[in-house]
Amino acid sequence: MSELFRLPANDLPVRHPDTTAIWEILETVCDPEIPVLNVVEMGIVRGVEKNTDSLTVFITPTYSGCPAMDVIADEIKAALKRNGFENGVVKHQLSPAWTTDWLTPAAHEKLNVYGIAPPAHTTAEKNVLLGKNKMVKCPRCRSEHTVMVSNFGSTACKALWKCEDCKEPFDYFKCI
Amino acid sequence: MSVNSQQALFEYALRLGDNALILGHRLSEWTANGPILEEDIALTNIALDLVGQSRMLLSYAGEIEGKGRTEDDLAYYRQSAEFRNALLTETDNGDFAQTIARQLFYSVFADQLLQGLQKSTDATFAGYAAKAIKENAYHLRHAAEWTLRLGDGTDESKRRMQEGVDKLWMFTGDLFATTEADMQLVSAGIVPDVSTFREAWLKRVSDVLTEATLTVPESNWFQSGSRNGIHTEALSYLLGEMQSLARAYPGANW
Ligand SMILES: [Zn+2]
Repeated sequence: MSELFRLPANDLPVRHPDTTAIWEILETVCDPEIPVLNVVEMGIVRGVEKNTDSLTVFITPTYSGCPAMDVIADEIKAALKRNGFENGVVKHQLSPAWTTDWLTPAAHEKLNVYGIAPPAHTTAEKNVLLGKNKMVKCPRCRSEHTVMVSNFGSTACKALWKCEDCKEPFDYFKCI
Repeated sequence: MSVNSQQALFEYALRLGDNALILGHRLSEWTANGPILEEDIALTNIALDLVGQSRMLLSYAGEIEGKGRTEDDLAYYRQSAEFRNALLTETDNGDFAQTIARQLFYSVFADQLLQGLQKSTDATFAGYAAKAIKENAYHLRHAAEWTLRLGDGTDESKRRMQEGVDKLWMFTGDLFATTEADMQLVSAGIVPDVSTFREAWLKRVSDVLTEATLTVPESNWFQSGSRNGIHTEALSYLLGEMQSLARAYPGANW
């Protein structure tokens, strides 16, 4: 079987107490495309495996074609190295598939402040995929008077919206 | 795994990977050529999803084959007769309406395929499908919305949308082609039987076309061949461009 799928498909990564220091290092690595969130908050880090002489960090892509994955892997390795973990290895894991449901409420608020409207639904709500968008609040003036311009935006994970009140366009972090 | 079932699994992984790679490459040709900026971005985002999917599938195909071929070896150093993508995916972009018709036909099919593949006993296929089905939902929605907008739009947009649908119809049958080797995988619970999808596909596509005030083609003749590596000449031109850099500078890194 492919190495991508070695970990059990539970939803939230288990943090073994021995790896707390590693998780803290990982929390200093930002997402290159959304620098207000770190890779742990983004749900990109799926697990840490630490043995006496090896350290492996498992990451998952937000979208299949996410071009930031290589940069993220390099930055994780560099951060580990800076903190004395010379031989950290980063492996990719596909399952379970990444979902915006893993973004915490704190992450939602950071996105808002940064100017990106956070996902308005959980993916458990079927109308997400049927295209029935719930109201999306403008991250600038918090108006509810907004319209979608395009379901595809500046990066794979975002859609393009605009606010009818403050007239500004904004990115919306779309549910997946 | 017996030699036969290993070969069957390899062929199937190629089929999936080549569909994503070739359609993704075709869509990437819209970069800087979209009718409006938002569509330029939309089509190339869809291309990015598909090319990303093809990377995991072709890597897996190389692993199954066990001869050390990487995703790049499989993408850049095979001839057209070695590709297993459905004929629909290699067709020229045509105008925007024709591209939308292809997206509609393909993403309805992909939705069915991925739903079945999510239940695969093969963990890689199941993991891939669980990820790709979410991306495909956006592709499908995009295609259906544009079909409605163009079909039920101006006389000109309707004419073009209908022409796109009519022109590509003959390539839709090949999506459902199955081989004897596939049937081994079907009985092992590794892949769904796509030949059983056709009626439901026709229903879903017809519903969208009808709502868009378009006519569902009546032609019953369908071009086949992709599962045996028999492609249209469009694929050769596509590969000529896609593979030129890798073949001119073998092993180059950038
Ligand atoms: Zn506003």
